[in-house]
Amino acid sequence: MDKMPQWADVVLIPLISLILAAILSALVILAIGENPIDAFNLMVQGALMRSAGWGYTLYYATNFMFTGLAVAVAFHARMFNIGGEGQAMLGGLGVALACLYIPWPHWSLAIIGATVGAALFGAAWAYIPAILQARRGSHIVITTIMFNFIAAGVLNYLLVNMLRPVGAMDPATAKFPEATHLPTFRDMFSTADNIMFRGAPANVTFFIAIAACVLVWYLIWRTRLGYEIRAFGHSESAAKYAGISPVRITVIAMLISGALAGLMSINTTMGESERLILNSTEGAGFIGIAVALMGRSHPFGVFLAAILFGFLYQGGAELALWTNIPRELIVVIQALVILFTGALDNMVRMPLEKLFLALRRRDA
Amino acid sequence: MTLMKKFLGAAAAVALSAGAVVAEPALIFDLGGKFDKSFNEAAYNGAARWAGEHGTSFREIELQSEAQREQALRRFAEAGNNPIVMTGFAFGNVLSEVAPDYPDTKFAIIDMVVDAPNVRSVVFNEHEGSYLVGMMAAMASKTGTVGFIGGMDIPLIRKFACGYVQGVKAVNPDATVIQNMTGTTPAAWNDPVKGSELTKAQISQGADVVYAAAGGTGVGVLQTAADEGILSIGVDSNQNYLHSGKVLTSMMKRVDNAVYEAMKEGDNLDMGIYVMGVANGGIDYALDQHNEALVTGPMKREVDKAKEAISSGALSVHDYMSDNTCPVE
Repeated sequence: MDKMPQWADVVLIPLISLILAAILSALVILAIGENPIDAFNLMVQGALMRSAGWGYTLYYATNFMFTGLAVAVAFHARMFNIGGEGQAMLGGLGVALACLYIPWPHWSLAIIGATVGAALFGAAWAYIPAILQARRGSHIVITTIMFNFIAAGVLNYLLVNMLRPVGAMDPATAKFPEATHLPTFRDMFSTADNIMFRGAPANVTFFIAIAACVLVWYLIWRTRLGYEIRAFGHSESAAKYAGISPVRITVIAMLISGALAGLMSINTTMGESERLILNSTEGAGFIGIAVALMGRSHPFGVFLAAILFGFLYQGGAELALWTNIPRELIVVIQALVILFTGALDNMVRMPLEKLFLALRRRDA
Repeated sequence: MTLMKKFLGAAAAVALSAGAVVAEPALIFDLGGKFDKSFNEAAYNGAARWAGEHGTSFREIELQSEAQREQALRRFAEAGNNPIVMTGFAFGNVLSEVAPDYPDTKFAIIDMVVDAPNVRSVVFNEHEGSYLVGMMAAMASKTGTVGFIGGMDIPLIRKFACGYVQGVKAVNPDATVIQNMTGTTPAAWNDPVKGSELTKAQISQGADVVYAAAGGTGVGVLQTAADEGILSIGVDSNQNYLHSGKVLTSMMKRVDNAVYEAMKEGDNLDMGIYVMGVANGGIDYALDQHNEALVTGPMKREVDKAKEAISSGALSVHDYMSDNTCPVE
């Protein structure tokens, strides 16, 4: 029945897409007169060969894991949640309020409070598009993307007019109190004479992201709710026939999705900047779509794809630091990878499927 | 095995080339980008002038994201770049955390005060320069109404506005000053379309001179003013040349000089707070072949008189940021 074996779907297609993206990127770099091999070495060197480089790679990867999972969960219910950006922004607001207005005695308690705040705010922001989809049939793609803009507006208003300390120029909240600062990898893994992850923002949130991957796997493949979500995603009419309420599944899947996107802001807001800034999400909500596509909506795939994108982000920063490749072209390179792994999936898939079918026919 | 060897060799070569840049100064631009024809570009010009005169080079980076602020500072410091110059108040928070980790590296920050033993903080008396161009605006205006278009609504830009209004009122106490801010987020620094709309709105209210203190947004203000046949005033860099004969003058904030000086002093960079004002040439109004027909003899005399008075301390322009209020509207 399957057109091609599982391993081809999971390994071969992403790999070929990546190679195609790499070849095109190399041509772009060549076209502006730089050496693509040097550039690639620089990216690997800066992102993976130093502990501080890993610290940044994993920091970005943590963001992408959360948003990738958010998109993946919605995918299983066959919904396209492109509102991760807005849900993460609101999640950041939840984190900021929890950190600023509750006097936490220790970070281990504060992170629980921040997790609840981030998940609640993120889920609440996903709830409105979800209920509009479930009850009124308003398309979730349209409503979630509109809600990104509303979220940016709301956050802007609150930061500029309410949360900004008097006399400050940045549209940002005050610094969170000392007790809420999360331990970074440097605090966790350095020994007295060997400082690791110096200055890198990766922090304990990374482990929450891994836990989230495991929990999402458990939810989707080991619980009744997960089964209902998948059944609904495969066929709405069959799910209805089996007594699954479409309204309930739509809303619950989106709430989980929004909560996961919101959790991302623990990493950026509480872990990195230690205050809520205007542009804390930095497009991670959209990268999550590519991560989920590339990871085939499986938590382990999301984990790997998030690390790859973390590498691209950190490697891109290294290129900006040490070469004369302008930042716009670095965005082009990152975009090529997203284009090939996400949007142009079928370009690689169709010929491969044909190839495998032809092979099978010959065997038979 | 051989592949791995080759790879490690290449990695080592990269590490070596990164090590070869030791003691080069570095310049970090804010998110607005290098070529904004205004603030960041002035910084770039200063660095380029230094590099040209001394036949050397410098490292530079245009940031892509907030997380890169700290990263760029640390990576440059670890690579031995010295001094490290950065433009914009938004670095203040990060620099105060990073600077103590690299006591041997010298940092210079523009537009913000960071209290650390290895940081030079350069701040400008923008209110003084705005006062001077405000006087010129009032003298050049025929309608008695002039405009101000700010970038992001922050105390720093209100400081520009307040100095400008004081200058206008000093010449013509009955003049009306229309004030608009482009926005409340950093995007307001780079929104020429909105700048153009605001200019048209101010013209419809009678303004015939507009002063843009808005970074890249100002390009749209100056363009629209030239198209609609009114005068405009540029900011930070000398922008007179953008529309020759249609830009009354530019309030020059010599960010280029600040960057140039910092790079020139190099390792011997003096620390502390540097206040650049009219008195020490850090702030001035622009006069060149593009606007000499617009600046009349009496206008120049009056402004130069005020310049001297400010330099000698006889005239003090109120600084909005000293108490977050402005005595005139």
